[in-house]
Amino acid sequence: MPDQEKLMQEGAAPGRFFTRFTREQRYLHAVLFSTFLGLAATGLPMRFSQSFWARQFASHVGGFGTIIFFHKFFALALTLAFLVHLKEIVQRGVIRREKGIFWGSTSMVANWKDVKDILGHLRWMIGLGPKPQFGRYAYWEKFDYWAVFWGMLVIGFSGYAMWFAPFFAMFLPGWALNAVLVIHSEEGLLAILFIFSIHFVNTHLRPDTFPMDMVVFTGVESEEEFKHKRPMEYERLAREGKLESRLGTPAPSWLVNFFRVVGFTAILIGLTLLVLTLSAYFS
Amino acid sequence: MQDGSGHSIAVDGNKFHSSIHGSLECANCHAMIKGYPHPDKVTPVQCSTCHTEEAAGLAGSVHSASAEHPCTSCHGNAHEIFPKTDVRSAVYPLNVPRTCGTCHGTEGMAKRHGLDGVYSSYIDSIHGFALSKEGLLVAANCQSCHGSHKILSRKNPESATNKKNIPETCGKCHAGITAEYVGGVHGKLVAAGNFKAPVCSDCHTAHAILQPTESEFRMQSTPICGNCHTEKFSTYRDTFHSQLGSLGGYVETARCWDCHGAHDVLPASDPRSPIAPGNLVKTCGRCHAGANASFVQYQPHANAHNRKLNPALYYVTLFMNLLLAGVLTFFVIHTILWLIRSRYDQIKRKAAEGGKHA
Repeated sequence: MPDQEKLMQEGAAPGRFFTRFTREQRYLHAVLFSTFLGLAATGLPMRFSQSFWARQFASHVGGFGTIIFFHKFFALALTLAFLVHLKEIVQRGVIRREKGIFWGSTSMVANWKDVKDILGHLRWMIGLGPKPQFGRYAYWEKFDYWAVFWGMLVIGFSGYAMWFAPFFAMFLPGWALNAVLVIHSEEGLLAILFIFSIHFVNTHLRPDTFPMDMVVFTGVESEEEFKHKRPMEYERLAREGKLESRLGTPAPSWLVNFFRVVGFTAILIGLTLLVLTLSAYFS
Repeated sequence: MQDGSGHSIAVDGNKFHSSIHGSLECANCHAMIKGYPHPDKVTPVQCSTCHTEEAAGLAGSVHSASAEHPCTSCHGNAHEIFPKTDVRSAVYPLNVPRTCGTCHGTEGMAKRHGLDGVYSSYIDSIHGFALSKEGLLVAANCQSCHGSHKILSRKNPESATNKKNIPETCGKCHAGITAEYVGGVHGKLVAAGNFKAPVCSDCHTAHAILQPTESEFRMQSTPICGNCHTEKFSTYRDTFHSQLGSLGGYVETARCWDCHGAHDVLPASDPRSPIAPGNLVKTCGRCHAGANASFVQYQPHANAHNRKLNPALYYVTLFMNLLLAGVLTFFVIHTILWLIRSRYDQIKRKAAEGGKHA
């Protein structure tokens, strides 16, 4: 059992806890994964409309009309969350000129170290070198972020192009109206396959974090975990004397349990959709 | 009163006198019986003596074996035959399906002749409903299409249900639709002797005809066009129109005939065709409010696998597939290696901790 979990269960945990995600970031992730599950659950029956389960699902919820209604509803909610996120980036990085948003060891933007980390990590996996020391965001976490960022732009744009086709036709060529469906469904499929297999395993199900990394729900992690997962970031903060400013309080155990139920439900829905997708894709 | 073998030979005088033969004397039909007591063996009454035309038709028909199909099998009790305009008649329009169904509705008989389900299909069809529920005398009953006495196999070129004659047969009632059909590509092909082209029954079926504007028909009928137009059907399947249409609850999504027309199907090169370039804005605009000249450049049958016809779509699809395959391949390998290494480290660490405690 990971240390963090042990500590959480005991309620007031011994040792120090550090903040990794702000309240806004945790809310963003919650809106993101719940709308994403909704979009996947309503998008997949349309993508695989010939499959048995899609028709069963459609006939139980009232057909295509209901499915597209909720698909659009979740799409609007996610668009709103995306815009709020953009607003926050602009506010922090441009208006308040906060350092480390667009470049540096705390930024989401990829740098030379990430390239070295990918190669180093792969070398470590096959036993040819030491484990790289990861900073605030490891390269796979940056990939997750940018995959979602790019995915929202691409899927969002192609989705709205279909929703408001006559309007978009005023400045898009004819073939683009054909292409948007392909783009929307392939990119959506990629996102679904990626999140429900790679992201789930990388972030939650691998031995270091199994069965679930709660930090995105609680916002805090134990000192031990922090040191183990992001030694560079820990050392940097210690060196700069900023460790104290990052101290956080662990969530009460009832809240952690609630988060756990929510998280496992999401993973369960995701894995179910993954199985349905694969079964339809290969049949 | 019974005959020698115990069968009743009683005749209800009242019913007989009100029947179509009521003015006849017994001996007019029973001409072989001269005295009383009657002979033990009498020759059967020959209806053909008077009804020569009907008898001739029957003789050449699928019902020609007269022992198996005596006149009474359809017309009922010989002493209670009423004109076909009389509601008591077995061949009154509203009674015809039941009369034919006496034989054709039974499983054994239908199977023997390869006519499985024709009776039940008809009863549940738009014609059957109009007849049994609404009591419409003009609704097609069995004999409206098959004829009455001279019923021929559909393989017989003279048969009203032979493929070549079907437009004319249906046209007896559906004159307007048939006129449209005759002017369309399918009608012209059939008229020219190409029987691969569909006639009415190929799309609407012969007996299970549904109301084409209702969801049941709209939901299940695109594959009918797809039987011949396989490539067009497969490219249609790739579009949002088909994806939506397959899920139900949204039957308005475009089916083949919503764009191409149903009966007067014409090639896009014909300016009267709804898919002629000049008519597209109007045709697409029937569903897509605000459709404009650019919007109708959308190709409802684009083939993403055909580089020559749809180059842009081909490369977009190729790019998306490579992106999908590339990202997943890299990360699946990455994740599996990572899992193995993490598990290995974990076991090693536990073993080391265990050693310390011991």
